[in-house]
Amino acid sequence: MKFVLSEEQRMFAGTLRRLLADAGTATIVRAWASGDHGPGRELWSALAEAGLFAVAVPEEHGGAGPLPVELVAAMEEVGRAAAPGPYVETLAAAELLARSGDPDLLPGIAEGAAMVSLAVPHALDADAADTVLGTDGKPRAAAGGPVTSLDPARRLFRVDGEHPAEPPAFGVLMCAAQQLGVGRALLDVTVEYAKARQQFGRPIGEYQAVKHHLAGAMVELEFARPLLYGAALAYGTPEFGRDAAAAKVAVSEASYGAAKIALQVHGAIGYTDEYDPSLWIRKARALHSAWGTPAEHRARVAASL
Amino acid sequence: MDLEFGAADEEFRAEVRAWLAEHVPAEPLPSLETEEGFARHREWERTLGADRLSVVSWPREHGGRGVSVLQWLVFEEEYYAANAPGRVSQNGINLLAPTLMKHGTPEQLARVLPPMAAGEVIWAQAWSEPGAGSDLAALRATATRTDGGWLLNGQKTWSSRAAFADRGFGLFRSDPESERHRGLTYLMFPLDAEGVTVRPIGRLDGKPAFAELFLDGVFVPDADVIGEPGKGWNVAMSTAGNERGLTLRSPGRFTAATERLVELWKERADPSDTALRDRVADAWIRSRAYRLKGFETISRDDDIGAESSLNKIFWSDLDVALHETALDLLGADGELESEWLENYVFSLAGPIYAGTNEIQRNVIAERLLGLPRGAR
Ligand SMILES: Cc1cc2nc3c(=O)[nH]c(=O)nc-3n(C[C@H](O)[C@H](O)[C@H](O)COP(=O)(O)OP(=O)(O)OC[C@H]3O[C@@H](n4cnc5c(N)ncnc54)[C@H](O)[C@@H]3O)c2cc1C
Repeated sequence: MKFVLSEEQRMFAGTLRRLLADAGTATIVRAWASGDHGPGRELWSALAEAGLFAVAVPEEHGGAGPLPVELVAAMEEVGRAAAPGPYVETLAAAELLARSGDPDLLPGIAEGAAMVSLAVPHALDADAADTVLGTDGKPRAAAGGPVTSLDPARRLFRVDGEHPAEPPAFGVLMCAAQQLGVGRALLDVTVEYAKARQQFGRPIGEYQAVKHHLAGAMVELEFARPLLYGAALAYGTPEFGRDAAAAKVAVSEASYGAAKIALQVHGAIGYTDEYDPSLWIRKARALHSAWGTPAEHRARVAASL
Repeated sequence: MDLEFGAADEEFRAEVRAWLAEHVPAEPLPSLETEEGFARHREWERTLGADRLSVVSWPREHGGRGVSVLQWLVFEEEYYAANAPGRVSQNGINLLAPTLMKHGTPEQLARVLPPMAAGEVIWAQAWSEPGAGSDLAALRATATRTDGGWLLNGQKTWSSRAAFADRGFGLFRSDPESERHRGLTYLMFPLDAEGVTVRPIGRLDGKPAFAELFLDGVFVPDADVIGEPGKGWNVAMSTAGNERGLTLRSPGRFTAATERLVELWKERADPSDTALRDRVADAWIRSRAYRLKGFETISRDDDIGAESSLNKIFWSDLDVALHETALDLLGADGELESEWLENYVFSLAGPIYAGTNEIQRNVIAERLLGLPRGAR
């Protein structure tokens, strides 16, 4: 038993992390939110080249997967950078299409040429995506313009037709992984702020009230992560749905909790949209309820006990 | 990355399970925080020790079986799943023994460890004093040099199970001029020696779970000093992390308690009470998180260090929440004496002992997050 990432898995995640950090995502997020998809698509292609989508697609369709552990590690990095775009949706679509649907799209997904959105129930970034699918794997049409999300980088569209009672577990896991990255980034930036910002003649990070907020956030995030990887390892077993739901509950609470603490510790500047942490804070709340609320996933876990 | 147990681990699990099925008393023992219960638990330690199951990860020469940490976790899972009795000797096993293994002389190891493993000598930790709780370095009890050893004077307090234990270990100021962490000596002493007065203290529910110790010229031979005289602080701190890491509260305890909580919920719960259902689900999710985190910890090669503070906060909060949920499920019966209530009372102390959770948060903030050190 070895429940830690292998050397290769860590290198893969590290490559993505550097690539995302070098891209300067805050600018890309703002462009995306205003409807300019160019820089976001470029980042998408760069991540595709590094292998992000290939590890979701089976070998016979041009990929190297599905490798759920690698995908969790990768999505944590996508979340850490708050990269805009339907990453979770495209990865979930790849898994869905490989299992049950029409494999025609898979080579395009693996290469990064096909951006896919899914109706769960709204379709994220349907204006940027090449295809919108229902969770049955069938094409759907987006209706009308975007509906406004708290996170302007999440451009959501209503979609005609039936909606599933339960979002597919693979996407739930991918979403949770992204959320962990968002939460961890918020903790890190807030720690740096607490070291730098002075009030009453000393860094605010010297005050216990501030310290204890941040330590509490760290505890929650660090104990949510093993649930993600445990669920990834359960992929293909009957427990996968339950384990993905459990991970989503823990990560949602930890990540959203970290966002609230980030806001509080930053004070008023954290509440402004021109200051970058707002991009992450809004996403943390939006993802809290995307792909099923914590209450829905708790009920799912309880039903399996 | 995987979560597969090897064949040897599964074999060990099966052996432990079979042993427990045969030996765990059918009726729960009386509370170990009572005189009768303590005696019965001591007997149980002897039963465990006789088959080398009291300290499975210790080397054979000290009474263990030399199994891996993973197998120790397996042992703990089976132990709690079988609802086996609480461990009356855990202070010695978890706190004193690792220190001796690191700093003790061969003579001390040979003399102290086998009887500890066999349940013949039960140890109490005597660190805290009335004026030295979180601020342990403020301690004032003294060890004064005398022919062939030391004379102890002063007062220790909150010493778990000292009411019925045999021997104690603790820190004493051996240099009267010294301050704080300097000039301390770590020693062992008998609780029935001349000059020792043990006054049991009732915990929240009145049971004498701990005691204060009054020491009046208690003689301790040089052979019972652990490590170098004057360096007691470093000796004690080098193993203090054990208490907050996995050894004090292994994941098996929480996964087993959660299984019982789920049973209770299925028997008792009003299906329309989604708030209680959610708390049961959370207890399950969090005990699973702690279990997986444990596997992650033992998969790593590095020393866990300050990260043990994350564990301490996590399990102690989980323990309280889990038992509160059980009492709420019991409804009007929640206040009546039961195993759930006993464990609830025990859980309430978790955020206080082994370094309060506030102190752990300071450690996390300063050592893991790198925030500036504040006023002390
Ligand atoms: C059930 C139980 C068993 C115990 N068993 C043993 C034992 O076997 N041997 C032994 O030696 N001791 C034992 N203890 C004692 C235990 O180690 C102490 O209770 C603990 O270290 C806290 O000290 P205190 O109780 O004096 O609280 P204090 O140190 O007085 O603290 C009171 C409150 O102030 C807070 N506080 C104090 N300092 C700070 C700070 N710097 N920053 C923020 N908050 C702070 C604390 O977190 C706490 O909330 C036991 C305690 C309990 C409850």
